[in-house]
Amino acid sequence: MAKMIERGLRSGPGSGAVDRTISDVPLNVVYAPSDTEELDYGRDLGEPGAYPYTRGLHPTGYRGRLWTMRQFAGFGTPRQTNERYKFLLAQGQTGLSVAFDMPTLMGYDSDAQAARGEVGRCGVAIDSLADMEMLFDGIDMGAVTTSMTINGPAAIALAQYVAAAEKQGVPRDRLGGTVQADILKEYIAQKEWIFPPRPHMRLIVDMIAFCTSEMPRWNTISISGYHIREAGSTAAQELAFTLADGFAYVEACMAAGMDVDSFAPRLSFFFNSHIDFFEEIAKFRAARRIYARRMRDRYGAKDPRSWQLRFHTQTAGCSATAQQPENNIVRVAYEALAAVLGGTQSLHTNSMDEVHALPTEKSAEIALRTQQVLAYETNVTNVVDPLGGSYYVESLTSELERQAEAYFEQIAEYGGVVEAIEAGFFAREIAEASYRYQRSIEAKDRIVVGVNAFEKEERFDDIELLRITEKTEREQTQAVQRVRAERDAARARASLERLQRACRDSKDNVMPHLIACVNAYCTEGEIVEAMVEVYGRYVERSVF
Amino acid sequence: MAATTPSARERPLRVVVAKAGLDGHDRGAKVIARALRDAGMEVIYTGLFQSPEQIVQTAIQEDADGIGLSILSGAHMTLFPLVIEQLRAQGAQDVVFFGGGTIPPDDVAALKKLGVREVFTPGAPLQDIVDFVKRACARRTLVN
Repeated sequence: MAKMIERGLRSGPGSGAVDRTISDVPLNVVYAPSDTEELDYGRDLGEPGAYPYTRGLHPTGYRGRLWTMRQFAGFGTPRQTNERYKFLLAQGQTGLSVAFDMPTLMGYDSDAQAARGEVGRCGVAIDSLADMEMLFDGIDMGAVTTSMTINGPAAIALAQYVAAAEKQGVPRDRLGGTVQADILKEYIAQKEWIFPPRPHMRLIVDMIAFCTSEMPRWNTISISGYHIREAGSTAAQELAFTLADGFAYVEACMAAGMDVDSFAPRLSFFFNSHIDFFEEIAKFRAARRIYARRMRDRYGAKDPRSWQLRFHTQTAGCSATAQQPENNIVRVAYEALAAVLGGTQSLHTNSMDEVHALPTEKSAEIALRTQQVLAYETNVTNVVDPLGGSYYVESLTSELERQAEAYFEQIAEYGGVVEAIEAGFFAREIAEASYRYQRSIEAKDRIVVGVNAFEKEERFDDIELLRITEKTEREQTQAVQRVRAERDAARARASLERLQRACRDSKDNVMPHLIACVNAYCTEGEIVEAMVEVYGRYVERSVF
Repeated sequence: MAATTPSARERPLRVVVAKAGLDGHDRGAKVIARALRDAGMEVIYTGLFQSPEQIVQTAIQEDADGIGLSILSGAHMTLFPLVIEQLRAQGAQDVVFFGGGTIPPDDVAALKKLGVREVFTPGAPLQDIVDFVKRACARRTLVN
């Protein structure tokens, strides 16, 4: 019978039916109770809001509280981005999310040689405290929550955020938000590192310790699979590598003497939502279950909040196509639905034109409206984990968990995440998966509408695009040079020297020293250079 | 193998796949590096964060027939011209220079006018890229 159905599916020309998920998990034609008979409701699923949280973190799901609609934005100068933030807040967005430009992410000032052509292009340029003050000018930092996507210089960005807020009169213990700060996935996928892994890990532990004692509302780190997926991994790899990174941070903090329940409740995660609808939902559900089990059983966490995996989701940039860009609106809608059915705590929906350039105001608005339609019109928010108990979704959830556990074993064989990075394990795995995926599209085993099927002749010159001009680079270069000229030079120099001493002394916490540097208007590039003198720069072994 | 000295035409095409500036998006570059290698070419992948000077030096040292530059950070209008400038400065104008990334259509046209032989944007079939490199670089070898 199953065979007949399969033939039926494959007989029609161009039916597009493939018998595997996008990540190569083989699929049955239909699922039945026999596929889930090993599942025990109490042990493996639990009620929503109860261990192991497969069905979600909250007993009432989205009825109690909708997800946060948090659109990532940033470009050009701090003033330009400040205007976009005010626009987004006026449109009903409920949190801010800062995209920094490449020089900022890599620890260079806007006037550095390495920054040529990159200033303000894929995010906002933030060189010093003066820029951070401008970015939040007229926005009450005690009233919004802010997510900052920055990793290598995360501790510096956090220091700038704290200093800017305190200048507004908002004390640090009232600040809510998160800084991504997930350096392990930089070595694995996104490649925005500065120092070698070990000193970077120390900075993260310092930051977590600082936030634990001084910033009770701040989520200390956002452990990210998004970039791992964008780099070409499968869903199972995204799930496994991300959770492995998370456990590595937990172990590092515990090794530094912190009690797991003192910091774990404020760790959060960030996943990709790709186009294979059910696989994504299964991935989110599996993530919660794996995390809860390990946190309780392996790390001995006692506070239920330490068992709960909370996550932000972004729709898959790599699923968007340059061809027929309007189709991306539809892809984003499906991916957003998967994230919501998977129980995400916050969501970014991509704009249709991001394959070509940064989004225009119009396309950014459509992306936000997509979430609003989902939240207020579709009624999917009424019932918690509506796919719980589906033979298919439960079976796929268990399969993804099994694959993730197999990866954990492989990573352990290397001696841990840092060792596996140094051995090039992740880079090889991801390069292999992304090449296989691309080949499957080339061979039309996988259909991408507008790319290898249903193509049409099109001209792109009528798409309206957001342009960042050379003017941004000039303005920002002048601004950072003005800051350096006008500050108290002796105070700046002294603060950098104290920072270097703290970097050499593993018992000192670098965060207060970073805040002092920032308050003395040291620029990001200067702070990074001072730290590079102590820690060195990382150089990757390239594999393809 | 015939006992004659192999001519330039008989050695496999050699291509440098490059990442410039601060852009860490290396998925496309790596997939293309592999596709070119699978098509029988010798591929040198520069790794990340190379300066235009370094990229051209690598191409000269490796006696490469082509350079493929990948940029997804928006810095293409700065970095592509800098590579062209270096090709001229280092006397390597005969190297076939092509590229790809998130590059808006207007900029594709502008880059071609500057001397970038072809620009591939997301969604370009690998086979098209392989065919282009074979064609363009073979012609170069003949010219030599």
